[in-house]
Amino acid sequence: MPDHVPDHMPDHVPDQPVDGRRRLVDAMTRRPSGGQVVAGLLLALLGFAAAVQVSALRSETPYAGARRGDLVSLLQSLSAAQDRATRQLADLQETRDALEESTTQRAAALEEAQRRLGDLRILAGAIGAEGPGVRITITDPDGTVGARTLLNAVEELRDAGAEAIEINDQARVVAATYLTDGSDPIDGELDVGGTTVRAPYVVDAIGSPETLAEATAFPGGLTDEVEDLGGTVGVETPETVRVTSLAPPPDTEFVEPST
Amino acid sequence: MIALLGLLVGIVAGLFLEPAVPISLQPYLPIAVVAALDATFGAFRAMLDGIFDEKVFVISFVSNVLIAALIVYLGDQLGVGSQLSTGVVVVLGIRIFSNVAAIRRHLFHA
Repeated sequence: MPDHVPDHMPDHVPDQPVDGRRRLVDAMTRRPSGGQVVAGLLLALLGFAAAVQVSALRSETPYAGARRGDLVSLLQSLSAAQDRATRQLADLQETRDALEESTTQRAAALEEAQRRLGDLRILAGAIGAEGPGVRITITDPDGTVGARTLLNAVEELRDAGAEAIEINDQARVVAATYLTDGSDPIDGELDVGGTTVRAPYVVDAIGSPETLAEATAFPGGLTDEVEDLGGTVGVETPETVRVTSLAPPPDTEFVEPST
Repeated sequence: MIALLGLLVGIVAGLFLEPAVPISLQPYLPIAVVAALDATFGAFRAMLDGIFDEKVFVISFVSNVLIAALIVYLGDQLGVGSQLSTGVVVVLGIRIFSNVAAIRRHLFHA
């Protein structure tokens, strides 16, 4: 081109850097040659590879580009951590099992203790009780049935397995209960553990009804004894016998529970 | 002109097709891209210098890519892959910078 416009040559030759720009413009406007097509193909390959690499990096997991050595050490540290976690898990499970076992034992012991507590409170007369049993009615028209007879009756009932005994729905009979005649032995009055009861005496006893009924009926037993004194003995076996009166609580001064 | 068009077409195709990189090529692709970039900037500078030759460009492009991949492969085999990759990227980066500096002088006289 400069050859065709020699007039402009002096302008362009000293201004050397313009050549670079003009060459760029020339390259942009030049008719494509075969070599340019090859270069374009190569550049297309470059752009393609670059874009693929960028998008692959975006979608890859962080470890996809890591090297083998790094991955191996990573794997080792992970498996070591897993081992530690497994050991901890085993320890904790052991602890949990031990705790659960001791909890179960405690619960069982507590349940047993509660059951014993209930039994003992019934035996001590601290709470009411109910269950199968007998109701023995002793009439005493002459006032001749005394503490001795009734004490015998209570002893027989205890021997027969009575678990709770009550007289006239007023006086609970427990191990420490005493029975005495009043000031007058034949007035039809008894002192049962501090409570005065009057004839006719109704003795409620909880236990096996058959055994308890037999305990009053054997020859020379309660029935014969009372009938000798002029009274009568009636034995009922209701479905449920209720013992509601309570024994006075023991007034302990010196004793303390020991373990 | 055709070269610029080719570059654009390649980028667009790569972005839209999103092909998965084969596992065997994964370590070499980034380095190959950097090497090809170096060849491309070198060619651009040569064009501005008026000494651009398509044959030289094609050969330098292909050989740059192959040598870069070979170096990475060797490095991986020798156990110094990451260090060698870094070295290659540094060298190619320096070359790209010097080429861009020459291009800048041509286009902006600065």
